[in-house]
Amino acid sequence: MNVNDVLTAVLVLIGAPIIGCLAAGIDRKLTARLQGRVGPPLLQPYYDVKKLLSKDNMIVNESQNLYVVVYVAFMILSLLMLVFKADILMIIFVYTISSIALIVGGMSTGSPYARIGSSREIMAILSYEPVLILYALAIYLVTGTFKLSAVLDASTPLLMYTPLIFIAMLFVLNIKLKKSPFDYSTSHHAHQELVKGMLTEYSGPGLAGIEIGHFYEYVFLTGLIFVFWTVNPLIGVLISIAAFLLVIVIDNITARVYWQWMLKLSWTLLLAISIVNIAFLYITKPTLV
Amino acid sequence: MSLAKSPWIIHVNCNSCNGCDIEVVACLTPLYDAERFGLLNIGTPKQADIMVVTGSVNYKSVNVLKNIYNQIPDPKVVLAVGACASTGGIFHDCYNVIGGVDQIIPVDAYVPGCCPKPEAIIDGVVAALSILENKKKGNIRGKEVKLKGKEVASNA
Repeated sequence: MNVNDVLTAVLVLIGAPIIGCLAAGIDRKLTARLQGRVGPPLLQPYYDVKKLLSKDNMIVNESQNLYVVVYVAFMILSLLMLVFKADILMIIFVYTISSIALIVGGMSTGSPYARIGSSREIMAILSYEPVLILYALAIYLVTGTFKLSAVLDASTPLLMYTPLIFIAMLFVLNIKLKKSPFDYSTSHHAHQELVKGMLTEYSGPGLAGIEIGHFYEYVFLTGLIFVFWTVNPLIGVLISIAAFLLVIVIDNITARVYWQWMLKLSWTLLLAISIVNIAFLYITKPTLV
Repeated sequence: MSLAKSPWIIHVNCNSCNGCDIEVVACLTPLYDAERFGLLNIGTPKQADIMVVTGSVNYKSVNVLKNIYNQIPDPKVVLAVGACASTGGIFHDCYNVIGGVDQIIPVDAYVPGCCPKPEAIIDGVVAALSILENKKKGNIRGKEVKLKGKEVASNA
């Protein structure tokens, strides 16, 4: 723990929400343009959070607030662990805790809409978690360690050995950002059916906390894509941005499907291509240097 | 200015013929695009700032209206859209109709018309925004409306 580490941590704490906020703004602007609208200003997510912070916090029970704090804290922790090149398996576990916090928070309110949203989010976790674990396993097979520092110090990009897992991770990005066709749990576009899903009972500062957590999540998830090409950070960032824009375009050109469809897709196609990739790595035994 | 830049509305259909509802939804279409002002049609009252009510109030819908009003966190404003929501409209002397929305909950702005044009509705929302800002500055809080008030008929 030296001065540089502290400075990096502070930079991540302040910089990540700004980048996430801009990403969310680009998301809304691009969506509006694809629908033939002018769209809100780029800083609209910032205005929303500012407004939510000035509103009353109307809660059903006190533990609801605790779950928001747990969600944001573990989200920040997993992002910091990613920046400090920690154990990828540990990062995935910490990240899962933050997702679980939102589910438990939704369940604790007792609202039927929040419950349906929460159970759908459990299904989403069930769909993407195996792919994430196989992603960690692929890193282990090519470097001999779960430490991310081995990937970042290597001179060959990870993408060279794991192209199929990269495709699977794009779907994980889509599920985790809760974009159509996997937009089940918080329903950005389905008020009539689910109201606001998991987040129905959150209001004011509580919802603002969740929004800020989402900003960190945007950076964290694109960071997982960045790991695929760390040799030249510029190319890595470009790949991350391209993946993010692809998810927005897919969000706009697809309709929402049943959650069963998501489960079938991930447990057949995504797991199959990931396992093929893992088997290839297991047999050829390449080493990332 | 923070409230005026992202007004989130909840649309409540009390007893409307759907004419005003179609016009409210028309505000969100690409032609008018209310989202360019940050306006979002949000599904849950707990995250809304502006309550847009269409249609006159009847004995079946009165408690739903009060419930939704009570669930909106302060500061909040109520916008009555259409002739029915403002005064009761052509249904004002119907056997089951109580009257306009202002008989039940405090209304801050009215948009008259049967049905009002989308431009008029957006104008009403803009008028409601300045009221919202004043409420925030003056810390004016909405009173909780009691359910099962005297306006509920004994046989309802």
